Amino acid sequence: MSKILNVDQLRKTYPSGDQELTVLEDISFAVETGTTFAIVGPSGSGKTTLLGLCAGLDKPDEGRVALCGEDLTLLDEDQRALLRNREVGFIFQNFQLLPTLTALENVSLPLELRGESGAADTARTLLSKVGLADRLHHYPSQLSGGEQQRVALARAFANRPSLLFADEPTGNLDDETGSRVVELLFDLNQEAGTTLVIVTHDMDLARRCHQILKLKGGRVQV
Amino acid sequence: MDGYPQNISKVKNRASVGWLFRMAWRDGRASLRRLLLFMSSIVLGIAALVAIQHFGLTLEANISGQSRELMGADYLVDTDATPGPELLDTLAQLPGVMKREVNFASMLSFPDRSGTRLVRIRGVESGFPFYGSLVTEPAGAGMQFGASRGALVDATVMTQYALEPGDSIRIGRLTLPISGSLVDAPGNTQVSTSVAPAIWIPYPLVEATGLIQVGSRVEYNFYFQVPPGTELDAIYERWDPSLDNAQADMDLHTDTSARLGRRFNNVGRFLKLVGFIALLLGCLGIASSVHIYMREKRASIAILKCLGASRRQSMLIFLIQIAGIGLAGGLVGTLLGLGLQAVFPLLVGEFLPVTLQWGLHWEPLVLGVLLGIGMALLFGILPLLSGWFVSPLAVLRVNLKPTGISKRVTAAILLLILFVLWGVTSLLLERPLRALWFVLGLAVVFLVLTLIAWGIMRGIRKFFPTGWGFEARQGLQNLFRPNNQTLVLVLAIGIGTFLISTLYFTQDMLLARAQLEDARPTANLILLDVQPEQTEAVAGVIRPTGMEVLEDIPIVTMRLLRIKDRTVEALRADTTATLNRWILSHEFRVTYRDSLIPSEILREGEWASSYSGQGPVPISLSDNVARDAQVGVGDTLVFNVQGVPMETFVSSIREVDWGRMQLNFSVVFPPGVLEEAPRFHVITTQASDAERSARLQQALVRSFPNITVLDIRQLLGVVGDILNKISWVIRFMAFFSILTGLVVLLGAVRTSKYQRIRESVLLRTLGATGKQVLRVAALEYLFLGAIGSLLGVFLALAATELLALGVFELPFRPSWVPFGVVFPFITLLVLTIGLLNSRGVVKSPPLQVLRREGV
Ligand SMILES: Nc1ncnc2c1ncn2[C@@H]1O[C@H](COP(=O)(O)OP(=O)(O)OP(=O)(O)O)[C@@H](O)[C@H]1O
Ligand SMILES: [Mg+2]
Repeated sequence: MSKILNVDQLRKTYPSGDQELTVLEDISFAVETGTTFAIVGPSGSGKTTLLGLCAGLDKPDEGRVALCGEDLTLLDEDQRALLRNREVGFIFQNFQLLPTLTALENVSLPLELRGESGAADTARTLLSKVGLADRLHHYPSQLSGGEQQRVALARAFANRPSLLFADEPTGNLDDETGSRVVELLFDLNQEAGTTLVIVTHDMDLARRCHQILKLKGGRVQV
Repeated sequence: MDGYPQNISKVKNRASVGWLFRMAWRDGRASLRRLLLFMSSIVLGIAALVAIQHFGLTLEANISGQSRELMGADYLVDTDATPGPELLDTLAQLPGVMKREVNFASMLSFPDRSGTRLVRIRGVESGFPFYGSLVTEPAGAGMQFGASRGALVDATVMTQYALEPGDSIRIGRLTLPISGSLVDAPGNTQVSTSVAPAIWIPYPLVEATGLIQVGSRVEYNFYFQVPPGTELDAIYERWDPSLDNAQADMDLHTDTSARLGRRFNNVGRFLKLVGFIALLLGCLGIASSVHIYMREKRASIAILKCLGASRRQSMLIFLIQIAGIGLAGGLVGTLLGLGLQAVFPLLVGEFLPVTLQWGLHWEPLVLGVLLGIGMALLFGILPLLSGWFVSPLAVLRVNLKPTGISKRVTAAILLLILFVLWGVTSLLLERPLRALWFVLGLAVVFLVLTLIAWGIMRGIRKFFPTGWGFEARQGLQNLFRPNNQTLVLVLAIGIGTFLISTLYFTQDMLLARAQLEDARPTANLILLDVQPEQTEAVAGVIRPTGMEVLEDIPIVTMRLLRIKDRTVEALRADTTATLNRWILSHEFRVTYRDSLIPSEILREGEWASSYSGQGPVPISLSDNVARDAQVGVGDTLVFNVQGVPMETFVSSIREVDWGRMQLNFSVVFPPGVLEEAPRFHVITTQASDAERSARLQQALVRSFPNITVLDIRQLLGVVGDILNKISWVIRFMAFFSILTGLVVLLGAVRTSKYQRIRESVLLRTLGATGKQVLRVAALEYLFLGAIGSLLGVFLALAATELLALGVFELPFRPSWVPFGVVFPFITLLVLTIGLLNSRGVVKSPPLQVLRREGV
C-alpha cells in the first residue's frame, strides 16, 4: 500500500512576543491510501496547526510534508492550492461555506475551479445524497448548522478527492446532528474510497478510525 | 510516493476567464445594493465632467459653425483711429463688398421724457449683417433698417424706459424716431448687452450727432463679404501688413470665433476642475468602501484559496466586481451627464453668443466610461491587492491577520495614483504644468485635512470625556469602532463644506470690497469727453445740486513714435522684437499732474512734479507698460501728440492698483507741457443716491450732449449681477461635490449597517431601549457631521485668508453664513441620513441578526 500522506520531522513555531513558541516538534507519521486516520489531543496541543501543515495551508519551519507524492515544501502557494483542488477535500468545524453562494453553487465550486463541465449535475447528485435535494438554491444563512455541514460534506466530495481533511466536523453541532453528519461522512468516504484524516476530541469517533495519532504539547504521544 | 506520477508544477488550473466573471457576478449579486451604492459615489463626478466636456464641445462646434453669423461678415478691418487716406486707400482695394460701422459710447436721452442712459451707438450701413439677421420687434424693422431715419433700440432699454416704436430718442444733437426694438444681433449675448446696450442708427446720421470729435473714443469697423470659397487666409497674408501700417487690424470670422471659443474653453476648464474634485471625493469613497468590502471578503477568499483558487484568481474575482462597478458608474454617469448638459443653457444661456444646436460628441462619452472603470480600479487597487495576501490558513483560524502590503508597494501605488491623476487633469486642463500644480495642491489639501481629522480623532481618544452620559459616550466611542470609516467621512464632509464655504467667503470678500469703496467719499459719477472750455460750465451744473467736483482730470491722447532708438515702424516690421505689440498701436490716454494719487506707489526712479522747459520731458510709466515696452528709468520715448512729436524720458515707474474704482493712467506727464495740446477732461463727482444721480445726468446731457456719463453705481449693479450669475454656475458645480459627499456618507452608513445591527442587538440584549440605541446613533452622526463640517468651514476660512492676503490684498471679514447656515445644515443633513438608516437597525429582530453570516 502506498502512503498518501507522509509527514517527516515536522516542526512549527510561532513568534510570541520576543520568544518563539514551539507549537509542533518532531512530528513524523504516514497515512496509507484508503484508510481513516484520527488526530486527537487536548485543546491547544497543535491539532489544527498540524492539519493546516498537512493540507499545505501553512508552511512548517522544519521537516517535510509529502501529499500525494508532492513535497509541499517545494511548491509555492498557488501550486499547493492547485494540488488541494485536485486531491484534497475539507470539512471544517464552522462549515466555511461561501455566504454569497447558494448550496448548489458552493458544491459546484471545486469542480468549476478545475474547469470541469457538468459541475452543477455532479453537485446536484451529491446534494441529494446528503438529503438536501430540495435546498439547492438556499443560501448558507437560510440553512441550519447541520444542513450547512451537509452542504460542506457534499462540497468536500465534489472533486473526488483522494484525501479528506476534517477539523472537528461535529464541534459546532449538537450530539444527534453531529452523529448523523459523522455517519454520512463515513458512508460517503466508504463509497468513494477516500483517505480520511480527522481531527477530533471525540474518542468514540477516533476509535472508528484505522489509526490514531495522539498529540500532547505539540509532540506525538506514544 | 510512487503511484502519484503527476508533477503538480506542470498542471494548470483550468478554470476559465468566464468562470471568474461568473463568480464575480454570483458573489456580487448578494451585495448588489451595496455595490451599486459604491457605484453611485462616482456617478455624480463623472456626470459633471461629461456634462461640461460635452457642453463645451457642443458650444465649440456651434461657435465655429456659426462663425460668419457671429461676425456678420467674412472678415472685418477695425481701427480706433480716424481712418486716414492710407487706410481708406487700402480698404478700397480689399476684395468683397464692404459695409461700414462707427461705434462709440454715448448718452441716450429723450426729447419728451426724463431719463438718460449710457449706451453704445452703432452707426451701421444698411446691408449689414451679411450673415445672420437682426431679430427685431416688429420683425420687419431689421430688414428695413437704414432705409429710413429710424433707430433700433436694445430691447432691455425699450422696456426700462417704456419706449414704443415711433417714440423719439436723442443722441448728441441728433433726434430720431425708434423704428423697432432690437432683440438680438450677431455676436450679442444677454450679458454683453446688459453692460452696454446698443442703439443702431443709420450710418449717414452719425455725423449729425456731433459726437465724433478729437479725443472721443470711436471704433471704426469695416465689414466685408466675399464670394463663397474665397481663400480668406490669402487675403489676410496679402493685406494685413499694410493695414498694420495704417494702424488697423484685420480679423477673419474664423479667428474671432476661435478666440471666443478659447475664452469659453478657459471657463470650461475651471469648471471641469470643480467637477473633478467631486469625482475625486467619490473615488475616496470607493477606496474606503472597497477597503471594508475586501476586509469582509477575507473569509471568502481564504475558502476559495483553500478549495484551490490561485491568488490571482481570488483577486481577479473582486477586481472584476470593482471594474464592473466602475463601468456601470461610468455608463450611468455619462448618461446623466448628457442629460445634465441640457440644463446648462438655463444656467449660462445669457453668456452664450449663439443659439445652440445639439449634437453628439463621442470623446466625452468615452472619457466618462473610461474614467469610471479607471478611477474605480485605481482607487480600489490597494484594498484589492490585500486579497492577494489573504492566507488560506484563515479557514482554520478565523482571526488570522493577513500579512500587510509592503510599504514600498503602497508608496508605489500612491505614486501611481498621483501620476494618473496628473494625466487626467492634464487631459482636462490641456496644461500639464498647471495640472501638476493642481494635483500637488490637491494632495496637500487632502493631506492637511487628513492630518487635522486624524489629530482631532486622536485628541478625542486621548481626552475622552469620561464624565459624559452613557449615550453620548457610546456615540462618541462608535467613531472608533473597528472598521470605522470616520476618517473618510470627515474628509468627504469636510471637503464638501470647504468648497461651499470658500465660495461664500471669497464672494463676500469681493462684495465687501465694493462696499468699502462706497464708504469712502469716492467718485461714482464719471463725466467723460468734457471739452476744456466746458469744464467751468459743467462745474456750474454740478455745484447747485449740492454735489462737489471731486476731480477734474485733463486727458491728452497720443501714440508712440519711437522707443529708445528705434521707430515704431521699424519695431513693427521686426518680427524678432520681443516687446508686447499692443504698445506699438495703442492710443495712450495721458494726464498731467504734479503728485501721485492714492492708488499709486512709486517703485523706481524719481517723480517729476514739474518740467524745466528744456530737454526731454520727464514722464512716469506704470510698471506694466514699462515691462511690455521693455523700457526702464532713463530710457527715452517719443510720442506723437496729435501730430506733434514730443521727446520724453522715463523718470519714474509706478505700481498702479488698477482694481480700484478710480481713474488710473499708465502714462503721466508733469504739468507745464500738455496744457496747450488738444485735450478733453474727465470730471468726477459723487451722488449720494440714485435719484440725485439721475437728475444730474439728465441736466448734464441736456446742456452738454457730447458728455458721456459713467454711472459707477449702475455699473457695479450690472457687474454684481454678472458675478452673481457666475457664482451660481460655480455653486452648481460645487453642489456635485456636496452630493457626492452625501452619497459617500450613505455608502459608509450602509457598509457599517450590519455591524450596527449587531451592536444594537447586543445593547438591547443588555437592556437598552430602542430609543436609547437610536439616541446613541444620533449622537454618533451628530459628532461626525459637526467635526467634518466645522473642519471644512475653518479650512475655508484659512484658505480665504490666504487668498485675501496673497492674491486680492484685501482685508477679509468672514461672513457668518458658513458658520450660521452651512455648518448646522450639513450637520443636520448627516444626522438625518444616518438616522433614516438606523431605523432599520433598531427594528431588525435579534434572531435574524444572529443567524446572518455577514453579507
Ligand atoms: N498564529 C499564531 N500565533 C501564535 N500562536 C499560535 C498561532 N496559532 C496557534 N497558536 C498556538 O498554537 C497552539 C496550538 O494551536 P492549535 O489551534 O493547533 O491547537 P488545537 O489542538 O487545534 O486546539 P483546539 O482543540 O482548541 O482546537 C496553541 O497554543 C495556540 O495558541
Ligand atoms: Mg483546533
